Amino acid sequence: MSLDYYLYLSALLFTIGAAGVLIRRNAIVVFMCIELMLNASNLAFVTFARMNGSIDGQIFAFFTMVVAACEVVVGLAIIVTIYRSRRSASVDDARLLKL
Amino acid sequence: MNLAAIIENQTEIPEAVLFFILSPIMVLSALGMLLVKKAVHSALLLAVIMIGLAIFYIANQASFLGIVQIVVYTGAVMMLFLFILMLVGVDSSDSLEETIRGQRIGAILGSLGVGFLLISLLSRADLGRPYSGLDLVNVEGNVQAIANTLFTRYVWAFEVISALLITAALGAMVLAHRERLLPRKSQRELAAERVRQNVVPVAGLPGPGTYAQHNAVDIPALLPDGTPADLSVSKVIAARGELANPSTFRMNEKKEEGQE
Amino acid sequence: MNVTSQMLVFLIAIPLFSAALLLLGGRALDKVGHIIGTLASTAAFAVGVIEFLAMLGRAPENRAVTQPLFTWIEVGNFNVGATLLLDQLSVCFVLLITGVGTLIHIYSIAYMSHDKDRRRFFAYLNFFIAAMLLLVLGDSYLSLYVGWEGVGLASYLLIGFWNQKPTYATAAKKAFIANRVGDVGLSLAVMIAFVQFGSVSFSGVAEGIEAGQTSSLALNTLGLALLLAAVGKSAQFPLQAWLGDAMAGPTPVSALIHAATMVTAGVYLISRSHFVFDAASVAQLCVVIVGAITLLFGAIIGMAKDDIKKALAASTMSQIGYMILATGLGPVGYAFAMMHLLTHGFFKAGMFLGAGSVMHGMNDEVDMRKYGGLRKYMPITFATFGLGYLAIIGVPPFAGFYSKDKIIEIALDAGGAKGIILGSITLLGAAITAFYMSRVMLMTFFGAKRWEAGAHPHESPALMTIPMIVLAIGSVSAGFFFNMGDRFINFLSPIFHSGESGHGEKEHLLPPIVVSALALTAVAIGVSIAIAKYGRGKAIPAVAPSDVSLWTKVARRDLLQDEFNETLFMRPGQELTKALAVIDEKVIDGAVRGVGSITLDVASGLRKTQTGFVRSYALWITVGAVGILAAIAVMSL
Repeated sequence: MSLDYYLYLSALLFTIGAAGVLIRRNAIVVFMCIELMLNASNLAFVTFARMNGSIDGQIFAFFTMVVAACEVVVGLAIIVTIYRSRRSASVDDARLLKL
Repeated sequence: MNLAAIIENQTEIPEAVLFFILSPIMVLSALGMLLVKKAVHSALLLAVIMIGLAIFYIANQASFLGIVQIVVYTGAVMMLFLFILMLVGVDSSDSLEETIRGQRIGAILGSLGVGFLLISLLSRADLGRPYSGLDLVNVEGNVQAIANTLFTRYVWAFEVISALLITAALGAMVLAHRERLLPRKSQRELAAERVRQNVVPVAGLPGPGTYAQHNAVDIPALLPDGTPADLSVSKVIAARGELANPSTFRMNEKKEEGQE
Repeated sequence: MNVTSQMLVFLIAIPLFSAALLLLGGRALDKVGHIIGTLASTAAFAVGVIEFLAMLGRAPENRAVTQPLFTWIEVGNFNVGATLLLDQLSVCFVLLITGVGTLIHIYSIAYMSHDKDRRRFFAYLNFFIAAMLLLVLGDSYLSLYVGWEGVGLASYLLIGFWNQKPTYATAAKKAFIANRVGDVGLSLAVMIAFVQFGSVSFSGVAEGIEAGQTSSLALNTLGLALLLAAVGKSAQFPLQAWLGDAMAGPTPVSALIHAATMVTAGVYLISRSHFVFDAASVAQLCVVIVGAITLLFGAIIGMAKDDIKKALAASTMSQIGYMILATGLGPVGYAFAMMHLLTHGFFKAGMFLGAGSVMHGMNDEVDMRKYGGLRKYMPITFATFGLGYLAIIGVPPFAGFYSKDKIIEIALDAGGAKGIILGSITLLGAAITAFYMSRVMLMTFFGAKRWEAGAHPHESPALMTIPMIVLAIGSVSAGFFFNMGDRFINFLSPIFHSGESGHGEKEHLLPPIVVSALALTAVAIGVSIAIAKYGRGKAIPAVAPSDVSLWTKVARRDLLQDEFNETLFMRPGQELTKALAVIDEKVIDGAVRGVGSITLDVASGLRKTQTGFVRSYALWITVGAVGILAAIAVMSL
């Protein structure tokens, strides 16, 4: 096994996360799949740091984590607000912007 | 890549064993997260994946990041997810039916395409030199290495991210805030309301048979003010209209004279 | 010499100025319009006479004079100057145009006296005189073209003068369009001349042909283009259909334009281009053929016409056929064609004016079946018309005898089978001419009175009879005068070189006396047949009988010329226009509208991608990502 296998795993997790975003209808589950995609890219960063022998990859992964955390906070707050006014957490119900 | 480079880039055997045990678990968890009906199960499976990732980080000489992954991501973010799930509805589950035509097929094809292309591109990529590993960088330890770079080269990004964190916290507060339109009821007001509405009797209900006039099931008991008590007969009999008239048992002045 | 050459421009300027004045002056000049017009024409005639006398005073080789006016076009190698050229050929035309023109102006004062648009009529007449003079005085094909177009325009304006009647307006359009077809020929000739010789002036082209560098194909094409132009203007076959309908105009117009001057412009063109035709034998043969066909065509039509003006128009067509035929028969033919042109101008104009006089006296009735026995009531008209009639049929010593017989002579002298055929055609034409002109005379002036109720024929006023008398004198004497001592041929010989090859020395097929005898015999046959059919005691039905032979029916319908034009040109043209209209609407508009509707359809198709579902948008994002990754994968292969 070489370090490339981590990259393949990362790509696979990313794909599964993307599929989840497209298929699931519950807003929170969609959010969780997005988190999975972010984590998969974090794994790739860390692997690249190890491949290149430079710590910058880990720094980037660190930043990604922080930003993901912020995004989760705000995103969930929005979901809660929408749920309070519409009583539904389904992504499909927010489709007023159609022609 | 030539054969020598491939051979040189192999990792240690323990790491390989770790990888080949943990990665199927992670992939299966990811697929499960995709396919389970209840959202809570998805959240828990995601937590499994994150812990696995943390283990991988530590295996990749990123110890600080691995611990941070567990503490922040699994500990804080996933808990946040679970709290929101509780607010929104733990039981909420998606129906299996797909409302948008062709979405499922498109999703599968699209994501398969993305995955396939990514993996094929990755397999063709070549760094051009052997993987170096972080031993040299981590001489003083991973935390020191990160600190050295983070607070020198990336200090500006660091400051900006801290500003982002503050903004996010404020944003969450603002979004989740619910404006109170009426004054908050105090304890005394709540109690007075409860007594007034008498939804549940304040003194408690009387025991069975207290006001019974007869031991037949179709004759209701009479309350102290003379009205029949609805609670004393079965609702079914009342709905069938087979209640007997308890007026014969009512106390009145005429009978009182004759009943001596 | 200098003074007279400077005066050339006044020939054109005076009538043109008068026309502009009369048109711009408006109703204010209504009372004096005819006076101004006639004076302008008379002034032009005076200048013409002065020029002619001055020319006679010069030696034969110096007789041509030019007056350069200004440089007209100067583009690269193409230099055309506006120059006026007066030589022996043009002076004949100048005198004919201004002389006959002035007489007709005088006639029109009385003829149009009841018309409220008389001033406009004189303006148009003056404009015509100016344009025709420009035509004959130009020294280049391009100046000639300007005059050519001008007379076409004047003809249109004058034929459709009473344009309140739709048929008259249509007749004017028909004339203009037929002329236009011929004008294509003149444009082509100008272009060919420029390409071949670098110059469009007559002298330039003549020198170019003499240099002998041009191919015979170019020369023949040039000749045929000029022939086409002449055919259009002179109403020859195949563009002859307009002349009969042109009689819709007032009678002075028919007399001036469609008898004496405009229709002879084609003869002028061919004569002026003699250097081209002498060098292009194919074109010259075509000229002869066209002339011969038209000669018979006009004669046959003339036999069946009951409208007096249309009969005279057919006669004009036939006589011009004689002239065109003559121009195709060599150097001396041009001179004889010119002689016949001048004599024809006298007697045909005179007969048209006589017809106008008869119409004037018979309440504008044109149907000869309603005439009869008018000679006692209109003696002067009868006399002048009769002299013109004798001239046209070729009775000696009247004008037509000299000019027409000469043409028959040179036709027979053409040699071989061509000579025999042409000679027989001209003799036959003479016989038929005699027949139908006698028919006209008999039906109009002799026989029983077949008038409508309320007709009281009277002689015309002096202003109308005097011009007729003058023209009658010309009909009588002009031929004899021209022929005396071959003076006419000698006058024109410096231009055509006709005197040198002089017909006197050439060997004749038949002696001239025999030719004259043959011609007179033909005339006599024609006259006697006419008398037999229409003479004393013969009843002439008031309505044209319908049980007549096929030939008569066809001749009544102008030998089906209108049907020919309609089938060959008009209907295909209409179908083409309809097809183009359909193409414009279905194809072009359809394409334009199609672009719009395709855009709408595409837009409403694309609209369906806006579903409002976040997940379908995410799917599109995924598809895009797949595309980008695939591109990267392909590029890095």
